[in-house]
Order: sequence, then structure tokens, then C-alpha cells
Amino acid sequence: MEAVKQTTEFTPEMLAEVDRIIKLFPEGKQKSALLRVLHIAQAHYGWLDVPVMDYIARLLHIQPIEVYEVATFYSMYDTVPVGKVKLEVCRTGPCAIEGAEKIISYIENKLGIKDGETTADGIFTLKSVECLGACGYAPMLQCGEKYHEHLTEEKVDALIEAYRKNPKANYMGM
Amino acid sequence: MGRQLLLDKVNVAGINTYDVYRKEGGYRSVEKALKKMTPEEVLEEVKTSGLRGRGGAGFPTGMKWSFIAKPEGVPRFLLCNADESEPGTFKDRYLMEKIPHLLVEGMVTSSYALGANQGYIYIRGEYMYVLRILEKAIAEAYQNGWLGKNILGSGYDFDLAVTCGAGAYICGEETALIESLEGERGNPRIKPPFPAVKGLWQNPTVVNNVETIAAVVPIINDGGAEYAKIGIGRSTGTKLISASGNINKPGVFEIEMNITVEEFIYSDQYCGGIKNGKKLKACVPGGSSVPILPHYLVCKTAAGQDRLMSYESLADGGFATGSMLGSGGFVVYDEDQCIVRNTWNFTRFYHHESCGQCSPCREGTGWMEKVLHRLEYGHGKMEDIDLLWDIQRKIEGNTICPLGDAAAWPVAAAIRHFREEFEWHVNEPVRCLEKNYGLVAEKVFEPVTA
Ligand SMILES: Cc1cc2nc3c(=O)[nH]c(=O)nc-3n(C[C@H](O)[C@H](O)[C@H](O)COP(=O)(O)O)c2cc1C
Ligand code: FES
Repeated sequence: MEAVKQTTEFTPEMLAEVDRIIKLFPEGKQKSALLRVLHIAQAHYGWLDVPVMDYIARLLHIQPIEVYEVATFYSMYDTVPVGKVKLEVCRTGPCAIEGAEKIISYIENKLGIKDGETTADGIFTLKSVECLGACGYAPMLQCGEKYHEHLTEEKVDALIEAYRKNPKANYMGM
Repeated sequence: MGRQLLLDKVNVAGINTYDVYRKEGGYRSVEKALKKMTPEEVLEEVKTSGLRGRGGAGFPTGMKWSFIAKPEGVPRFLLCNADESEPGTFKDRYLMEKIPHLLVEGMVTSSYALGANQGYIYIRGEYMYVLRILEKAIAEAYQNGWLGKNILGSGYDFDLAVTCGAGAYICGEETALIESLEGERGNPRIKPPFPAVKGLWQNPTVVNNVETIAAVVPIINDGGAEYAKIGIGRSTGTKLISASGNINKPGVFEIEMNITVEEFIYSDQYCGGIKNGKKLKACVPGGSSVPILPHYLVCKTAAGQDRLMSYESLADGGFATGSMLGSGGFVVYDEDQCIVRNTWNFTRFYHHESCGQCSPCREGTGWMEKVLHRLEYGHGKMEDIDLLWDIQRKIEGNTICPLGDAAAWPVAAAIRHFREEFEWHVNEPVRCLEKNYGLVAEKVFEPVTA
């Protein structure tokens, strides 16, 4: 029991951020903070395990099921483990006609995984996603908070090397 | 380049910071509205401007605002729709990233007209870095007295915050957005009641697109009549167009809506023509949901008139020979692009994004995806084309929200204008596979994964 607690509790900085977000909404409407709190948890833990979601339910004074139903609806949330670095390549129309599929197969071959899979060393997950609002700068991928646009094979090589060296770079706006 | 009202200062160094924005004349609309105008006068200016919603439907903004219910003692809300997930659309991100204070300013001025004391910007989760830019701008606006209690000593209070989604196109639909903002799954609500009566937490609410709210700033600064002089007919003012696809200069352009489509595609001020000297094959002028136009209907209407970049002209001919301005997501296809493949791709998108509440949409989008996949991958039958037509017709108009229509229209338009290409896929399955991206044989039998 103690061990689970240690891995699911938020750091003081995270708790302060949760507190700030809850205050953006009127009293009693703290459930509105849920989507942002789930993002905070996922950025920290990599994915949303059930004990983490239960912990969030307690933080927001809502039922665990209310957290699960939201976490499973939105495609950005991972409720199964993923790699430290998620490469999310846009596959939708405008990107597709500018070579998104070639980029996806290039990454598949380079990392030896298929779309949706994670490398054996647990570093990279490849995920094709729908339009990310960067259609004019296609092909593109998102990694953490960072958009990588006008992709070429050389650019993919370079960013995979950089992320391999420093998987956290994706949250530091590399 | 025509007149620019939103992006005119986009290249000024530091315009994303408060100090520069203010020095360049920022927040004047708030001063003018709060010090010299009543909320009703602000609303009147917006009505006079003829501004229409920039989120896709083009509903007159002034009229929408006048519908908001005003029961005594009940709070009202203004929500900014920054979900921007319609494939082909990326203008709101550009605007928020480059000039975040323009949106903040627009939110204050617009909320004053509505008598709303709280606003939220709902931004898609993938734009997290933009959320941080907006939060910084909001903090600066608070520090300088443009947000909070008793703004400019006018007695008017307004609080503004940003919240986000997490990867769901459906949350751009206004009632799904409200559900999501309440911390729920993004399932659209049945209307009525409309948000103007029962929206966020069952209170009167207005939802407007980022660009709509930004446009209120020049409207108040220069007057609605001045704004209405720009453009043509009921397409007043300027419009941001996100241009993508096989063109030389993709990007975001602010246009006056009286320019021709031909000028927009071929002029160096805008798209700069088709890439690699290829020919134009087709164009989706307003985001993935609007009907695709074949090359001969892009620059000219069926009646042979020049087609303009306006709401009316792009819709000229109805769905038979026209399309829609929609969200302004302008996607250009060259002669090498495959219409069947593109239709399959878009349909996969709608299947992925259907929230699943309504059977016609949930089942129909998946069914169309399967049929289009087998046509594209060389084992479709002639009957499949009629089957597709039949399915899309049964989705349209039979769902709670317009996502069903948005999924049906692109399929209908592709068959309407490119039936021969669908037939060619049935008659020449191997050649179409070779032509389309030179795919290898084993991929032909790849099952559909939803
Ligand atoms: C499936 C669906 C997705 C939508 N996505 C967006 C969106 O991303 N951004 C937006 O502003 N409007 C979107 N809309 C339109 C909104 O429902 C709403 O009409 C709009 O935000 C109103 O603002 P406006 O009057 O300023 O255009 C969408 C509508 C539907 C049916
Ligand atoms: S289609 Fe890829 S970002 Fe829009």
C-alpha cells in the first residue's frame, strides 16, 4: 500500500499547479480542472495508471469512474504504458499528400517498430495521429509539446538522435 | 496584399509581449468600449460590421450575441473556441502564438458587450505550448489592469482563464466543448436548449471562434461601418485562410474576401501557384468537411463567373457545383493526387473522431472507411460506389451534431465530381495501386484498422 502511494502522489510543485488550476473555476466546479490535471500527471508519469487516476479522483473530490471515462475518451491520454518519447506523426489529408506516409514508414524501419508500438529499450513509441493544425508545414510530427515541421529523413534522424540522448528534451521545448 | 486588420503587426518584433503590443495601439478597443460605450453600443457596432463567425458555420456574430439570455442574477459566460481541429485549418494557432494579446483584448471587449464576467479560452491539448503563451499574456493583462475587478475604473469585472482539451475533434462542436470544459467526455448535447440559454454549468453562454473574437478589436477601434466596407456583399471584413497542399507558399494569409480564387492560388502574394509546375486537380476550400471542387469549378462557378474567396461565391451552385468557405482551411491538390485515397483518409479521420453517441455517425463512418479502403486498395466492386452514396445520405441530417454531415459531405462530393476515378479504381485495380504511391502488392490485403 505504502509503495503505491509513493509512486502516485504528486510533487509539491505539481500540487501547487493543480491548486492554481482549480481556482480558475468557480467553487464546486473543480471537475473542470480534470483534463489539465491529467495532462500534468501524464507529463510526469509518462502514462495514466489506475492508481494515478484514483489519486486524481481524490484530489478533485470526484469518483474514480469519472476520471476513467474522461481518460479513455481523449486520444492524447495513454492508459497503457508507452515509451519515454512519443513520436506522434500526423497522417491526415494535407500531411498525407505531402509525404506523411513515407515519414511514418521511415520511422518504422529506423526504429524497427510498427505504428502504435514501443521500442524494446522503452524509449520510443510511434503513433500516427490526426491533424495537428500544422497542415501548411507538412509533413510534421509532435513530440511532447514540441512541433517538428517540414520533416525530411535527415531531420527525423537528427531528432531521434537528440531524443535518444535526452528523452526529457521533449518537455523542455527543444 | 489587401488590407490587414488582424495580422498587420504580426512582423513587429516583440508583438507577443505586452509592452510592444500596447505601444502599437493594443487594448484601445477596451478603453473605447469601457469608457465611452454602453454594452448595447458595442453590440450594435458588431451587428453593423456584418461580422460572421469564423469557426465554420458563418453565423452572424452580432445576432448570436443578441440571443444570449439575461435572467436576473445568473452569470453569463463567453467561451473562445480554440480547439482548431478541422483538417486543413491552422490559422488560430498562428494568431494565438504570434499575437496572443489580440485574443485577450478581444475577449475583454466582447465580454463587456455580453455582460459576461468570466471567460474561458478552450484550446486543443496538442497546442499546450500555445496555452502557456496565452497564460503569460493573461498574466500580463492582469498586471496592467485589463483584467480583474473594476477594469479602468468602469465598474466592470472580467476574469479570463485558459483550459484545454486532449485530442478530440468533436470538442470543437460548441456543446461538446462545453461538456469538455465541465470535465466530461466530449459528447455533444441535444439542442434546444441552446448554449445562449443553457450553456456552461447551465448558464447563458456564447461560444465564438478565436478569429471572430480577434476581429471585434478592429471593429470597435474603427467602427462597424468601416469594417463592413471591406470585402463584398455579406462577406465583410478580412478572413484568415490556412493554405496547404501542393502549393509553392503554404501558410496563413489574411485576405479581403473580394479577391478571386484564381488570384489566391496563383498570385505570389498568396499561394504562389502549384508546386513543381504541376496542374491543379482539385481544391477543398474550407477545411476537410466541405465539398471538394474539381479543377474546372475552382476558379470559375458553373455559370462561368470568376469565383471569389467569399462565403457566397464559394457556395455558388449549392453542393451540386459549389462548396463552402467553412473554416478557411484551403487545401490544394495537384494532378498526381488520388481522390479516392484522399476521401478514404478524411473518412478515417471522421470515423476516428466520431464520439459514438449516434448510430448513423458511429457505424456509418466506419462502414464508409472500410468500403473506401477496399476501393483504394484494389478490391472494390462497382456496387461499392452506390453503396457509399447510400451510406453518406443516411448519415447526413440524422445525428445530434453536424459531425455526421461533415463526414458525409466530402464523400458525396468526391463521388459527384470524380465518379470516373472511383470506377477506374474498380476496373484497373493494379494500375491505380501503381499510380498511387507505387504501393507494394502485399499491402493490398492489409485489413482495415480503425
Ligand atoms: C464537429 C465540429 C467541429 C468543430 N470544430 C470547431 C473548431 O475547431 N473551432 C471552431 O471555432 N469552431 C468549430 N466548430 C463550430 C462550433 O460548433 C461553433 O459553431 C463555433 O465555435 C462558433 O463560433 P463562431 O460563430 O465564432 O464561428 C465545429 C463544429 C463541429 C460540428
Ligand atoms: S493534416 Fe497534418 S497537421 Fe493538419
